Amino acid sequence: MSTTIEPTVRVETRRTPMPPRERLESIFEVEGLDAIYGAKPAVKGVDMKVYKNLVTAIIGPSGCGKSTYIRCFNRMNDLIPGFRQEGTIRYHGQDICGANVDPVAVRRMIGMVFQRPNPFPKSIHDNVSWGMKVLGIKDDVNERVERALTQAALWDEVKDRLKASALSLSGGQQQRLCIARAIAVEPDVVLMDEPASALDPIATKAIEELMHNLKSEYTFVIVTHNMQQAARVADMTAFFSISQGGEGQRFGELVEYDATEKIFTAPSDSRTEDYVTGRFG
Amino acid sequence: MSAHGMGASPLQIKNLGRRKAVNRVMELLAWLAAAIAVAILGVVIWSVAKRGASELNLNLLTKPPIPFSLTNAPQGLANAFVGTLVVVGLATLMALPVGILVAIYLNEFAPASIRNGITMVLDVLNGVPAIVIGIFVYGLLVVGHGQSGWAGAFALACLMLPLVSRSTMEILALVPNSLREASLGLGVPQWRTTLSIILPQTIGGILTGTVLAVARVAGETAPLLLVCSLVGPQINWNPQHALQTIPVAIFELSESPDPADHARAWAAALVLLLFILFTSLGARWLANRSRRKIAAR
Repeated sequence: MSTTIEPTVRVETRRTPMPPRERLESIFEVEGLDAIYGAKPAVKGVDMKVYKNLVTAIIGPSGCGKSTYIRCFNRMNDLIPGFRQEGTIRYHGQDICGANVDPVAVRRMIGMVFQRPNPFPKSIHDNVSWGMKVLGIKDDVNERVERALTQAALWDEVKDRLKASALSLSGGQQQRLCIARAIAVEPDVVLMDEPASALDPIATKAIEELMHNLKSEYTFVIVTHNMQQAARVADMTAFFSISQGGEGQRFGELVEYDATEKIFTAPSDSRTEDYVTGRFG
Repeated sequence: MSAHGMGASPLQIKNLGRRKAVNRVMELLAWLAAAIAVAILGVVIWSVAKRGASELNLNLLTKPPIPFSLTNAPQGLANAFVGTLVVVGLATLMALPVGILVAIYLNEFAPASIRNGITMVLDVLNGVPAIVIGIFVYGLLVVGHGQSGWAGAFALACLMLPLVSRSTMEILALVPNSLREASLGLGVPQWRTTLSIILPQTIGGILTGTVLAVARVAGETAPLLLVCSLVGPQINWNPQHALQTIPVAIFELSESPDPADHARAWAAALVLLLFILFTSLGARWLANRSRRKIAAR
């Protein structure tokens, strides 16, 4: 995407008007979340609710902990040695870090698409079908593969070469394949960590459209450093910024979380305004 | 040095001539050192080939030895080749699964502190002299039971284990984390991720490490002298008995008074050398191939 920053980001009206917030069903409730690497906090004191069947964008400057934060939602940070998390994230009311919660089960419901496309070194078809088979979806595999690839706006490009290696696809196609793979196992939430950062504008547009088309079935949380993208796809937007703590520590914190329209046109925090108008970041 | 009179230009360096001379001398020394390394291998191969070529024939591989033979009946070292095949084969069957499991545990599951500790243990085990392993296996399996192919295989397996697991760890570390995340992010359990996504990527590398370990222990003599060396001349495939092996045969023939035995020892050494040479080349080829495959991602 172009990186020119307009004085005020124009908000396109692709989004359907949002119902009032008290009528929305929350899917995640984050309370007092600290994410810490060793002794170094990456994100501190986050409170926010993520609503069902909306696209929620997380924006902010580099190093504000956006990626760390989104990886808390499906416990991907468990894989990082020295990572620690305080506070709670409740998914449909249940603490996802609870003692009797299996991270595998969490990730089963809360899928993820990563910053760089990471298809398996298998065929296009098997990339989508492998997860389903392993996770016990054994009926109508071919139909489901077609459906997932269609939803990810990739079917027409690959339908004649499903047996070809996924690594032969272009970067944008690989990323859409990763999205198809993620939605094929029918998760409840799809987390996207800067899914378009390595893609050209056309592939980016395809991914934004598929989020728009699929949000009636899924809940999307997307990290992006591209404000226009947040403005285009997100219903709700959370702005993170870097704060200075004692002893020169820098950590990310949630500055403002509101309807995307409000964040981009009438933010209540001056830091948000500075960021979205391009004065900072 | 013609610019001397023009004052201190930043491109002018004092003593440029001397520096260049020192550079040339050092480069030459380094080149000589490399040449010596190559020359040693060359001399070894050449002298082994020269002395062993006369006895390098099919009989060497197919006929058993005839001790104190007074005739010219064809004889060879078939018993040693069979024994090495059986002992090294069994050693590989023992070391391979354990070595791979150790590597998978350390690289995919173990916390960093345990990983570092066990990696160090493996490195120490790798450095234990083969004769010490031989004494250990002698005390463990041979005392009271007698020598056997099993004891020899177990001793060689002890030597192979750190080689296999360290090389498997190295290749596992090359598999990008994004691939693990891709699978775990779908909600696939870690054991399934390791088995179906990570391991298939590393088969080539594991094979390479195994081939190198086989080449290394095929020439091991010291432990076999202790635990698997009291043998007759007959061909024997049964690891319940002590089996003749190539390195032990070379050692024994070298003490024989008969010059024909010496020639056979040289020929066996040549076969061993060629085996190690070709397996190492094959291993390199495999390693490059699997590195390229992983890097192609």
